[in-house]
Amino acid sequence: MHFNLQPIPMTATAVQSDRLGTLLSRLTGDEKHAPSAHSTLDVLWVLYDRVLRVTPETVAAPDRDRFLLSKGHGPAAYYAVLAAKGFFPEDWLDDLGGWDSPLGHHPDRVRIPGVEVGTGSLGHGLGLGIGVALGLRAQGFTRSRTFVLLGDAELDEGSNHEGIAYAAATRLPITAIVIDNQSSTHGWPGGIAARFPGWDVSVVNGRDWNRLERALKPRHDRPNLIVATVERKGS
Amino acid sequence: MMRDTFIATTTALLDDDPRTALVLADISAESFAPARRRHPERVLNVGIREQLMASVAGGLALTGLRPYLHSYAPFAVDRAYEQLKLDLGHQDVGAVVVTIGGSYDAAAEGYTHQSPGDVALLDTLEGWTVHVPGHQDEVPAMLREAARHDDRVYVRLTEQQNTRAYPDGGPLLVLRRGGPLVVAVGPMLDPVLEATTGLDVTVAYTNRPRPLDAGGLRALTEGDVVVVEPYLAGTSAAAVGSALGGVSHRVLHLGVGRSEIRRYGTWPDHARAHGLDAPGLRASIVDFLG
Repeated sequence: MHFNLQPIPMTATAVQSDRLGTLLSRLTGDEKHAPSAHSTLDVLWVLYDRVLRVTPETVAAPDRDRFLLSKGHGPAAYYAVLAAKGFFPEDWLDDLGGWDSPLGHHPDRVRIPGVEVGTGSLGHGLGLGIGVALGLRAQGFTRSRTFVLLGDAELDEGSNHEGIAYAAATRLPITAIVIDNQSSTHGWPGGIAARFPGWDVSVVNGRDWNRLERALKPRHDRPNLIVATVERKGS
Repeated sequence: MMRDTFIATTTALLDDDPRTALVLADISAESFAPARRRHPERVLNVGIREQLMASVAGGLALTGLRPYLHSYAPFAVDRAYEQLKLDLGHQDVGAVVVTIGGSYDAAAEGYTHQSPGDVALLDTLEGWTVHVPGHQDEVPAMLREAARHDDRVYVRLTEQQNTRAYPDGGPLLVLRRGGPLVVAVGPMLDPVLEATTGLDVTVAYTNRPRPLDAGGLRALTEGDVVVVEPYLAGTSAAAVGSALGGVSHRVLHLGVGRSEIRRYGTWPDHARAHGLDAPGLRASIVDFLG
């Protein structure tokens, strides 16, 4: 593995947006690429830049914070952020889905440094994340946090609701982030938060870095849901 | 009872090895209550949520623990198949799946509680070691050995068991020497021994059908082979065919039939209906050997 690329220093928001846009263009081949086309981009950036206690040097540390991308579809933003943070070389971005590329259309934890779980089939990340959080707690890593990112359409999968109910019943401190771009076919009448009884809930603008940071940073003594609202899919 | 042995051995493992964890989905939860009181952070009951049980096991394994999970075979394997495939196999982690019920222990409960296809389903996945104990005294070593590594292990517990234990029954163990080879898997041994009384056959036993003892099978095969398994007939056909590749042979695969038997009763009733009692086996074996 090569970690020769230094993480880019944090400066102004606009500079970061440009930088991530450039990295996304390498993935998609589009000349001009609006970062806003990627529903998860801002949440991922805030997590890796401001919240998660994990770096390329600590990807194997037993007490690192864990981030699980349950919604494995469309991982371009995830790859761009991991590359920007130096988890793998930027030139990996140039061959998305190629035979010789470690980067597939869904991420594989075995191939990519820093990726905690291989996902793609929806509805697996939350259950895995609950197991990770329980495993960390059982080993006394009480400072380590576990985050799982899902999509609003992913909540259609029933397996999520097994995890939602169990985490609430056991007051397990885990943070779930649902990116809401209203892509669920039948929607969630009454709101997504209503599907997470017993969880602490906040609904924030999924493009606002400071609000996302304020929602993601505090620790909770029970499960915590952040609904990150972004533009409707296809709008 | 194999289930009691599993509970005692796993409870001791939880006491002895801080890496051991147990994930339940209500089944047997009461029996593990003492263990849960002593190790509340490593003995977890997720309720009637088998998909979550398997996913949680995958997550625990990702943090370095050694998870055991347990339910009736149809719920732990059939229902949670994609979790076993993706949340264990695809994540490159392991767990120890211990099931009860097998093909038809839950005879009076009906087909919803039966899994004749569990081993066949696991055969579609990579890297599973499959134990099918034929006696409760074979169970503890299987469970303890599984605590010492991180691979994927399946232990299939049933009510039907043999009169004698063979704790070293992983590789094919020859119990009777004679002509054509009859392989008995797990609890099929006693009915096979009874069925072949007076017949000129070799009887070999294994309680670890995966990985199949391919070398042992090749060495013991001289032409005709009969495989008797307590789950779907022909489950081992691919493994046997691969082991005997290039060796001229005829083979008969006996096991549970594919047709659902819409009757209740007891497991011996179902064994008889599938031709897996001694008279049924004898008729099939004599017919095949001619």
